[in-house]
Amino acid sequence: MEFFLQLLVNGISLGFLYALSALGFVMIFKSSSVLNFAHGELMAIGAFLFLALSAWADLPIILAFVLTLAGSFTLGFILEKFFLRPLIGEALIQVIMLTLGLALMFRGLLLFIFGGDIHDYPKFLPEALSLKWGAIQIPSVYVAAFIIGILFLILFGLFFKYSSQGIYMRSVADNQPAALSLGVHVRRVFALSWAIAALVCAMSGIVLGIINGINVHELSAIGLKVFPVVILGGLDSIGGAILGGIIIGLLETFTGGYVSSSLREIIPYIVLIFILMVKPYGLFGLVEIERV
Amino acid sequence: MKMRKLQFHPCGSFQTSYQQELTIFGTDFGRLWLGIGLLFLFGVIPFISSPYTLYILNSIGIYAIAAIGLNLLIGYTGQISLGHGAFFGVGAYTAAILATRGGVPFLLTVPIAGIVSAAVGMVFGLPSARLKHLYLCIATLAGQFIIEYVLVQWEGLTGGAEGLVVPSANLFGLDLGDDRAFFYVIFICFVLMALIAVNLIRTKIGRAFIAIRDNDRAAEGMGIPIFPYKLLSFAISSFYAGFAGALFAYYTMAITPEPFNLGLSIEYIAMIIIGGLGSIPGSIFGTVFIVGLNELLSHITEYLMNVGSSTGVALTIAPLREFVYGLAIVLFIIFEPKGLAEVWRIVRSNFRLWPFSY
Repeated sequence: MEFFLQLLVNGISLGFLYALSALGFVMIFKSSSVLNFAHGELMAIGAFLFLALSAWADLPIILAFVLTLAGSFTLGFILEKFFLRPLIGEALIQVIMLTLGLALMFRGLLLFIFGGDIHDYPKFLPEALSLKWGAIQIPSVYVAAFIIGILFLILFGLFFKYSSQGIYMRSVADNQPAALSLGVHVRRVFALSWAIAALVCAMSGIVLGIINGINVHELSAIGLKVFPVVILGGLDSIGGAILGGIIIGLLETFTGGYVSSSLREIIPYIVLIFILMVKPYGLFGLVEIERV
Repeated sequence: MKMRKLQFHPCGSFQTSYQQELTIFGTDFGRLWLGIGLLFLFGVIPFISSPYTLYILNSIGIYAIAAIGLNLLIGYTGQISLGHGAFFGVGAYTAAILATRGGVPFLLTVPIAGIVSAAVGMVFGLPSARLKHLYLCIATLAGQFIIEYVLVQWEGLTGGAEGLVVPSANLFGLDLGDDRAFFYVIFICFVLMALIAVNLIRTKIGRAFIAIRDNDRAAEGMGIPIFPYKLLSFAISSFYAGFAGALFAYYTMAITPEPFNLGLSIEYIAMIIIGGLGSIPGSIFGTVFIVGLNELLSHITEYLMNVGSSTGVALTIAPLREFVYGLAIVLFIIFEPKGLAEVWRIVRSNFRLWPFSY
């Protein structure tokens, strides 16, 4: 029973990490229907930027954090401006391939600069944040991840629902020509959504890095694991991404705990295939109905 | 007897019927050059090439077959697959297992490997082909990881991480172990498969593929059953991958699950993007480009390693290769989305229309 509870807690914490990393992905998909394969690499860039600023340049943690977020925001802006914008209106495969190409470029660069080893952040989270409940322990990083996850869920929910920029983003995602004709600045919306997504990626990269140490390969693998999460939750639903993340996290830890540890890595993808067969638009995804 | 009028390059588009547009060779010149090219390929190249060149050519031949298959799927049907490398691996393993465990002759293992790959491909294509292309892309990504896992974990059948040793190919008592003999096997297969692909595009099936790519809703409206055709395209593409994979297994003679990873799938996509989507010659150009790039990069790293060992700067090939791949893909997509095939067309028409190219 204790084992079960510990697995449950681990699964939910892992799930929150997945959910957190899926947020940026859903953000981009929601506003521009682009499947971003460079997602893991964007997280890695954020994580390494923070590492360079906090551990190597020895800046105070808060300053390093703010600078990292600002840097990622700018990176997202640049990415959109120079790489994605020429492709507005092009076939989907071109856009997907472009993000794949960018992913390779970033990974090559990061490996070149930082190598393939695991790096660690200096410890900075207060120990008081960790929870202890009977025999079950939740380390402080997970608590921090949980708080950040909830915070961003609420922020994004409010942003998409009430702010004018959020409403523009939804309108662009829904119907680009209609949004254009109603005076929405579509290009600015794209740029902004990439910038915000890169920022979110950086943040989730940092949180992942605090927990597991930062490693290029691992972060890009997590970037791909976003796909089962978002397919399960529904590609364009933020709430779905959170729930999908938790389900996938639970599945992984329980498979790892009870079945076999090698199956653990692959179970999300098996679930993905199964979901596509049964409920292709996921739990909360928008069902597109097309009739001829 | 009436002499057939020889056709030369017209300096414009003067086609008056669909037949003319669909011909493989617009001119007799093209036919002549292809004949000369084939003669050169089979009669001269194997005898003048060094073993190293022969090795590169053989790799190009094998990869080109799989790349043509992927182009049928992505370039002609507009469906994206991220699992082509894994299906290539399925073909390689099928051939290896049949040859080692069952003693099945070479002539049978290769097509069977193709069919098994097609069947495995359809398992992953089945749930996604009824949805729009985004989903096939994601499902094949999942397929890639699941197949990799099976190849490593099913040790009883695949030999696990240690892999399998494949006996050398044997055709009618003829041993095809050395590079030159296998060159003929690969390139005869290559020419046949390319010919099949080119002709497939001109049939009803090929036209249905293109209609689905251009506008799936319109295609459905015209009475093309989308789902069976998407699945068929996916099966054909996986067949090509499996076929090439079987040749690969016989050529390298020892296979492990390692090469058939996501990197290989991306490499294939890079080949057809750089070569040109929706162009069979493009797939071949792209393969030549990527295999050439690979060789060039490994020479550069070797050189840098030699320099580095004296200066103390270590450099590994992996980051450099990934970066250059990524850069090549990004540059081609932004500046020449139609790939090398389009560059080739422009160069050719410049020559043809010179000096009045307006």
